[in-house]
Amino acid sequence: MSILVNKSTRVLTQGITGATGQFHTKACKEYGTQMVAGVTPGKGGTAYEGIPIFDTVDQAVRQTGANATVIYVPPPFAADAILEAADANIPLIICITEGVPVRDMVKVKRYLTGRSSQLLGPNCPGTITPGECKIGIMPGHIHRQGTIGVVSRSGTLTYEAVDQLTRLGLGQSTCVGIGGDPVHGFDFLDVLKLFNDDPGTEAVVMIGEIGGSSEEEAAAWIKTNMKKPMAGFIAGQTAPSGKRMGHAGAIISGGKGTASEKVAAMKQAGIRMAASPADIGRSMQEALGK
Amino acid sequence: MNIHEFQAKDILKRFGVVVPRSIVATTPEEAKKAAQELGGGVCVVKAQIHAGGRGKGGGVKVVKNPDEAAARAGDMLGKNLVTHQTGPEGRKVRRVLVEQGLDIARELYLAMVLDRAQSRVTVICSSEGGVEIEKVAEEQPDKILKETIDPVIGLAPFQCRRIAIKLGIPAALTGKFIAAMQGLYRAFDECDAALAEINPLILTKDGQVMALDAKMNFDSNALFRHKDILALRDTDEEDPRELEASKFDLSYISLDGNIACMVNGAGLAMATMDIVKLYGGEPANFLDVGGGADKAKVANAFRILLADERVKGVLINIFGGIMRCDVLAQGVVDAARELSIKVPLVVRMQGTNVAEGRKILADSGLTIISAETMAEAAERIVKAIR
Repeated sequence: MSILVNKSTRVLTQGITGATGQFHTKACKEYGTQMVAGVTPGKGGTAYEGIPIFDTVDQAVRQTGANATVIYVPPPFAADAILEAADANIPLIICITEGVPVRDMVKVKRYLTGRSSQLLGPNCPGTITPGECKIGIMPGHIHRQGTIGVVSRSGTLTYEAVDQLTRLGLGQSTCVGIGGDPVHGFDFLDVLKLFNDDPGTEAVVMIGEIGGSSEEEAAAWIKTNMKKPMAGFIAGQTAPSGKRMGHAGAIISGGKGTASEKVAAMKQAGIRMAASPADIGRSMQEALGK
Repeated sequence: MNIHEFQAKDILKRFGVVVPRSIVATTPEEAKKAAQELGGGVCVVKAQIHAGGRGKGGGVKVVKNPDEAAARAGDMLGKNLVTHQTGPEGRKVRRVLVEQGLDIARELYLAMVLDRAQSRVTVICSSEGGVEIEKVAEEQPDKILKETIDPVIGLAPFQCRRIAIKLGIPAALTGKFIAAMQGLYRAFDECDAALAEINPLILTKDGQVMALDAKMNFDSNALFRHKDILALRDTDEEDPRELEASKFDLSYISLDGNIACMVNGAGLAMATMDIVKLYGGEPANFLDVGGGADKAKVANAFRILLADERVKGVLINIFGGIMRCDVLAQGVVDAARELSIKVPLVVRMQGTNVAEGRKILADSGLTIISAETMAEAAERIVKAIR
């Protein structure tokens, strides 16, 4: 079992003819993901790696039955790509693109209200159910099938955590990167609820970072609702105030969004917090009592 | 991206926010002339730097006449102004704004910010203008008024009225107050701002509503569609290394330590700083070379790190996903040779093509300390610089 994606997920790539779109579509296909369609306006009727390309998302969905889409289109056009996917009622929209303007995302979120589509990202690595379906840019080979759910705001730090888990023999049910932007789709809370209800997930690793209050909101829910053991880490304990640490959302502003506040909230919620990023795997092991 | 007060006021004016008459000056003579043009009476001379707290730091002075304006401008221009936001070295003042003096009846606070939890823009208003809003939020949270804005509708007049009534704005000034609020929202929205703040927004004794100060900064991801705003960038206000890094699309932040860090990905880069500190070291910087960095980018990153003379050692931590370890290794080797690196270098690589990468480092003949895990890497670099 898993959340969000599995063997039967049929994936569309928006922006399939760009270098990034091509590279990752191929890698995901090689991993075993069902890559069923691509969309690039003006390239309809052609194909890439045997995957048919369409001019519009609507056409692609009607002809291939795609039920998830991954977006690699450049930042100025990414919001429109999300809107097009939502208009076609694709249940899961994953936006990898980094650098989407916040104003565009505020409008996208408004548009998604009351619709059936759910958004992951933008500026995220995507999601993977090891051995079944990989959608996004994470290296597939570090993952292993198992029962640990992983949810994170980061990309490479998630790979680091997954690598630690795999080396300790702790495989993953599903790994979800929610992205580092201030306005995004799935939040920690949304993913944690799914993990909580997933019989295939035994325990969960949550990796946050400075900025915003998503971790604190999730912690408040975890305290009374989470049935499974959890381990966690917060990146940016040494980050200075007022500086944007790479991710658009990773900024301590007005003294809010610090790592120490988040660590305290997560500890209080019963999460085993790793003091060092090198100990994320071990903390999970300890939380499991192994 | 930040801009100066005088630039922010120019933008707000375009959106119908009333601002005091003012003139920018770069010399005491210009300041004198500006004060004369503004009527020769009471003026305010304000240092233009990208930092708050100017008043307390001595960067805002009320003057009675043009000669005094010249004198105060002379005190500020060319000197470093230290405020609680500049750090101890302060920021050099290159221009001052000479502004007409006004009879203030009330000082309010007005700002537009993104409410991340709601994914909407929120207007924040307070009766306590002219002081730090964080302090008000902490000590008198009931004095903070908020309205969340629907992006389809914009800031609705009823929302403005609701705030005006709570603030006790005189009926005669409500129209002007609403115009200021809506103007600020439109400026925020149409310019892709990340913050737009008027502190204080003043009510004058002669019945005007004016932005006495203005601060705007912008979503750097949206600057591609605002060439006019990009033109307002003042690179004198930026850290030289951060500026240099931005030319190569590298995300770099200067810190106070002596261990330079090069990492791919923002989360891992922060975590690397954290672990350096855990092992008793002090990171010299945050540097994210990005997911798809190539050889040239790695070499440029390396050059920027080594240009910082405080750096006593370099730690490279790469988890190769898209980025291949062999490409990184070649970039590091090339750069280390070219720059004839003299400080200890610890490289930790994992992920795609790691074996090929390690071989390149081992065969290079360079003294590179290699590490298997993050913990090992941190421990080794801290030890190496002792």
